[in-house]
Amino acid sequence: MAKKVKSKDDYYLASQWTLMARKLKKHKLARVSMVILIILYIGAIFADFLAPYSLEEFDPLYRNTAPTAIHTKYDGENVGLFVYKLDKQINKKDFSVTLQEDTSEYYKIKFFVHGSEYKFLGLFKSDLHLFGVEQGSNGGTGAKIMLFGADSLGRDIFSRVLLGSRISLSIPFASAIISFFLGITIGSISGYFGGKVDMVIQRIIEVIGAVPQIPLWMALSAAIPPGVSTIKMYFYMTIILSFINWTGMARVVRGKFLSLKNEDYVMAARLSGVSTWKIIWKHLVPGFMSYLIVNLTLGIPGSIVGETSMSYLGLGIKSPATSWGVLLQEASSVTDVATNPHKLIPIIFVVITVLAYNFLGDGMRDAADPYK
Amino acid sequence: MEEKTKNRFWNGIVEFFKKDLVSYIIKRVLMFIPTLFLISILVFFVIQLPPGDYVTAHIAALASEGEYVDANYAADLRADYGLDLPVYQQYIKWIKDIVWTPTDSAYYRLYHSHHNWKYSFAYGRDVWSVVEERLGLTIGVTAVIMIFQYLVSLPIAVYASTHQYSPGDYITSIIGFLGTAIPNFIFAIILMYLSYKWTGNANVGLFTPEMLQNGIHLYNFGDFLKRMIIPIIVIGTSGTCGIIRSVRAQMLDEVAKQYTLTARAKGVPEHTIIMKYCFRAAINPTVSGLGGVLASLFSGSTVTAMVLNMQIQGPVLFKALQAQDMYLAGAIVMVQAVLVVVGVLISDIALAFLDPRIRYSGGGR
Repeated sequence: MAKKVKSKDDYYLASQWTLMARKLKKHKLARVSMVILIILYIGAIFADFLAPYSLEEFDPLYRNTAPTAIHTKYDGENVGLFVYKLDKQINKKDFSVTLQEDTSEYYKIKFFVHGSEYKFLGLFKSDLHLFGVEQGSNGGTGAKIMLFGADSLGRDIFSRVLLGSRISLSIPFASAIISFFLGITIGSISGYFGGKVDMVIQRIIEVIGAVPQIPLWMALSAAIPPGVSTIKMYFYMTIILSFINWTGMARVVRGKFLSLKNEDYVMAARLSGVSTWKIIWKHLVPGFMSYLIVNLTLGIPGSIVGETSMSYLGLGIKSPATSWGVLLQEASSVTDVATNPHKLIPIIFVVITVLAYNFLGDGMRDAADPYK
Repeated sequence: MEEKTKNRFWNGIVEFFKKDLVSYIIKRVLMFIPTLFLISILVFFVIQLPPGDYVTAHIAALASEGEYVDANYAADLRADYGLDLPVYQQYIKWIKDIVWTPTDSAYYRLYHSHHNWKYSFAYGRDVWSVVEERLGLTIGVTAVIMIFQYLVSLPIAVYASTHQYSPGDYITSIIGFLGTAIPNFIFAIILMYLSYKWTGNANVGLFTPEMLQNGIHLYNFGDFLKRMIIPIIVIGTSGTCGIIRSVRAQMLDEVAKQYTLTARAKGVPEHTIIMKYCFRAAINPTVSGLGGVLASLFSGSTVTAMVLNMQIQGPVLFKALQAQDMYLAGAIVMVQAVLVVVGVLISDIALAFLDPRIRYSGGGR
């Protein structure tokens, strides 16, 4: 009994955010999604270390090869996980070249191997990689481990997925945050002042919503000067995506403002001489922040998919920088998919991320719902 | 009893047409004008984007191909495009030519049309004929896809909201979200590949060569429908997620409200509560979102149409932008944007009809 009373007290005393967190726990899929997203983001942060190869490393021999087969038994003996080196075999009849495993020696998969150098978290130099292959059992070299196979230049897709996730996971996140602030600012101005200001802003939102996105992308990305550095390109992409996406947020904010601005507490604040800006940010916005955060989470997956489409059309990130969209360019025709199905592997990451964000957003929406 | 309700219903409708709705429609249509104006400015801006002027580039291209260019022809073009005028006058001339080209103009003599959308250099004919060619099919395909979208997403949303947190909720939601999660172009390629593997036909393009020659008749209509399957699935499922989510959220709000409890306490069957009360209230934001769905279909279909080689406007727009055939691109953008705005207009009016609160508050969009 006492315990029940305590839990009731707990309930009444808990802040809005604590209540939301509690309700979020009920949505199982949202919880799983959160864990998946955290793993993905950690993977992106430590990508240099987790990926066995760097973005630039390639091996022409391995062009378009399927995922490296991992074996455990050599000559009937269990020697742990290992791979074979690939070797060219020339067919004497028609001179076609095929790659075959060279079973004369095995290459054990080792942990914490030394490979290409990188700057760990941008702080200090390191050449340690989580796993990789070094020397063969007879001292040979040149074997590669490519868990997801290789692309058309012989680069490891697994490493590129990890390294590409840095751009693919952060651009949408950053652009969602920018459009979040753009949306709140413009939407609140529109809703709070009403009248002519509202009229003009609403028409602008309507127009941006009505014009097909492709010309907007092309027009805006035509504004990016050619030959800019990767970092700048990245910056521009973020801005482009947020310029297109702020309208939805602005509409939500405006609707909320219209219904809240005539509440007594706003009137009271106005009468006591609080400045308009302060009323908006201190009194009105916190009142529906939870809805906005939900909207923010739901905006991110759209940008992730948008980034892949932009890269497909050749408007997005360009080599040597890599994103998931750039990786998927290799799978952009039926022939690619038919001959090298392993090139579709990056899609799994896109799908998982988008689904996870959607379910997390859904769970947060349910949690933010005060009626439940 | 029956008679009385019926009368009240009709009286309501008559009353409603007298005051609110008409004034609401007039207000809404008047708001259409500034939107149209802004769209035209945006389109004009897009047209002006490429560096250099259009006619000079065109003449240079012709000359480099070794064609003889008459000086009069260049001068005529410059005059027709108003290139020697200041920018704002160019804009006014552009709009004026689209709205009404006089009978004595060079354009009318050539194309016998009063609406001069200028000339597409990539296609070598007037812009409107290029736009017109695919307009009907674009609208038709988009409408079919839109209907498919609602047919798939509404039942899923209702099921998911009435079975919240059940395995059914999760599974149907995942299916609904999957189409959004897979980028359209990859989804189209995968489906094409599967179609080729299973049926030996990749079903690329909306028409067979035979259809292009003889047109679509009853005997090859089935084949045409078969070719619509992949586009419908790919483009249709890309938007289901948004609809499912918003309807599910609205439904959850409605199901928790007092009136639902009252209805249930009074013994109204669950099915009636859900369909007749909750669903009707929950569908409102979806109706008002119709325009947005239309816009996303136009954009979303472009990439898919390029992969699937569909004869709709999206790929033409993309190629026009790439080739800097700006008047063609501008015309397509303009037509699509106007279609979307008209869609918004219709959905707003439909919403005002469905929900009296909207008319009184003067349209709280």
